[in-house]
Amino acid sequence: MIIANIRGKSEKLLTPLTIVIILTIWFIATTLKLVDPKLVPAPQSVWAALLDIMRNGYKSHTLPQHLAASMQRLVAAFLEAVVVAVPLGLASGYNSKIRAIFEPLIEFYRPLPPLAYYTVLILWLGIENESKIALLFLACFAPVYISCASAVMKIKEDYINNAYALGANKWQVFFHVIFPACLPDMFTGLRTALGVGYTTLVSAEMVASSSGIGWMVLDASRYLRSDIVFLGIVIMGITGILLDKVIQIIEQNIVPWKGKE
Amino acid sequence: MYQILNDKPEKVATLSGIDFIYPDAKGGVAALQGVNLDINEGEFVCVLGPSGCGKSTLLKIIAGFLKPSCGEARMGNEIIKGPDWHRGVMFQDPTLYPWLNVQDNIAFGLKMRKFPQSQIKRITDQYIELVGLKGFEKSKPYELSGGMKQRASLARTLVNKPTMLLMDEPFGALDALTRQNMQDLVREIWMKTGNTVLLITHDVDEALALATRIIVMSRSPGRILKEFAAEFTYRISGSEHEMVRYKPEYMELREEILKIISSQNERLKLSQHNPKILLERK
Ligand SMILES: Nc1ncnc2c1ncn2[C@@H]1O[C@H](COP(=O)(O)OP(=O)(O)OP(=O)(O)O)[C@@H](O)[C@H]1O
Ligand SMILES: [Mg+2]
Repeated sequence: MIIANIRGKSEKLLTPLTIVIILTIWFIATTLKLVDPKLVPAPQSVWAALLDIMRNGYKSHTLPQHLAASMQRLVAAFLEAVVVAVPLGLASGYNSKIRAIFEPLIEFYRPLPPLAYYTVLILWLGIENESKIALLFLACFAPVYISCASAVMKIKEDYINNAYALGANKWQVFFHVIFPACLPDMFTGLRTALGVGYTTLVSAEMVASSSGIGWMVLDASRYLRSDIVFLGIVIMGITGILLDKVIQIIEQNIVPWKGKE
Repeated sequence: MYQILNDKPEKVATLSGIDFIYPDAKGGVAALQGVNLDINEGEFVCVLGPSGCGKSTLLKIIAGFLKPSCGEARMGNEIIKGPDWHRGVMFQDPTLYPWLNVQDNIAFGLKMRKFPQSQIKRITDQYIELVGLKGFEKSKPYELSGGMKQRASLARTLVNKPTMLLMDEPFGALDALTRQNMQDLVREIWMKTGNTVLLITHDVDEALALATRIIVMSRSPGRILKEFAAEFTYRISGSEHEMVRYKPEYMELREEILKIISSQNERLKLSQHNPKILLERK
């Protein structure tokens, strides 16, 4: 948001210009056959692949179906993580005993590569959606939990004291002061969680799946369909940006005071 | 006419034998030592003292944010157990809630105390008018100037009609002109409502312009060194206005207070065992 504010006119031009230059170099390099089309497909063949799988699908699923499969997993896991991690994180920030129980567990699994414990989850929950959602749940959980706990701990003491001095009771202080005061940091955690969840999703789909955008890319690479691989990567990138934008817009509506205190 | 209440002073708050020690690694920092203070109804008490002498600590004990390590703080006959709305608090750094607009910030206390909606609206409007924030009801705190924030902060405290108003350097961060406007506003409100006020300041002129009693504290650990009665506030609000500042009795008292404070700093410079306090404000 701050970056967006300090962007001037020339910065607004630089971003599209960069994209155009990359596309042009890509186009020239492939047209002049400077690179092997098996390794780097021409932009027009990626475009053709897009039209093709939009119409005919890839391996029994259309492109929207692949995307929907991925998004369903991500959104389900993300929401579950938010519902559990927000109250737990806030409680951990509020109460050092609760923190003493949960913080070490989260500190332990957070640095582990998700694919390491994914194998365990597959053993327990099978290769279907459950294990993937559990994996994404864990990936989203840590950033939300940590941001909520630290938000409560660094809340201005005077905010709380003042509320009591104005006549609030404990519950009112929690709902009318602590919770709103934590929202800005909470949203930072939510954005991180969605980002981490998304990258984990793609790798999870690459390991064991038969649908989803990540699976499509991996499967296409086995058949050396570099056009579809490239297409998949571009779609993943754009989807990632869009997801972040969505949460950013929600954030701007819910915490318009963020960074202005 | 000024001394109506002084014939039979009604005690609002009493501090007796207050010590306060902030715990730290080396066993604790003594911030207050043996503080005794009675605050009577309708008084305007200003507290002066070198930086770090425990003024804020004293205020927080009266507010109920801190419990004295030793001694007793009472309001009326009851021991102060924690903050409540009978003692309104205002800080140098306004703690308006950025998620609420000006109106909702001011209404906060009444809402927490579950006043009916219509009454909240009426009282809030009244105080918005009083502090001169009409037209800014819907603004967010971060859209206000420093002076306007303090006005909103003041109104937010006043809606509860607290028995006592506790203010910790409320105008310290404001420019001279805004500060004087705020002082006039506070004086006007104090005269109108008959509130009891305790105001901490590092500005002798502010104390002289507002107080009916001035308390000078020693450097850390804070004790009450001396008290002075003052009545310039009535004269400033009367026909004499700012001319009071040039009267010999004003200058005399000012000199006397400054002398006590600077003698504290002298002793400090000689001993220098607590380098933190050397960062004295001007
Ligand atoms: N939270 C704290 N923990 C430890 N020591 C503290 C704490 N707050 C204040 N102190 C110490 O207690 C002493 C009194 O502090 P206090 O804030 O009451 O001073 P003050 O008179 O309000 O100063 P100032 O004029 O600078 O606001 C100081 O020596 C300070 O270092
Ligand atoms: Mg202070």
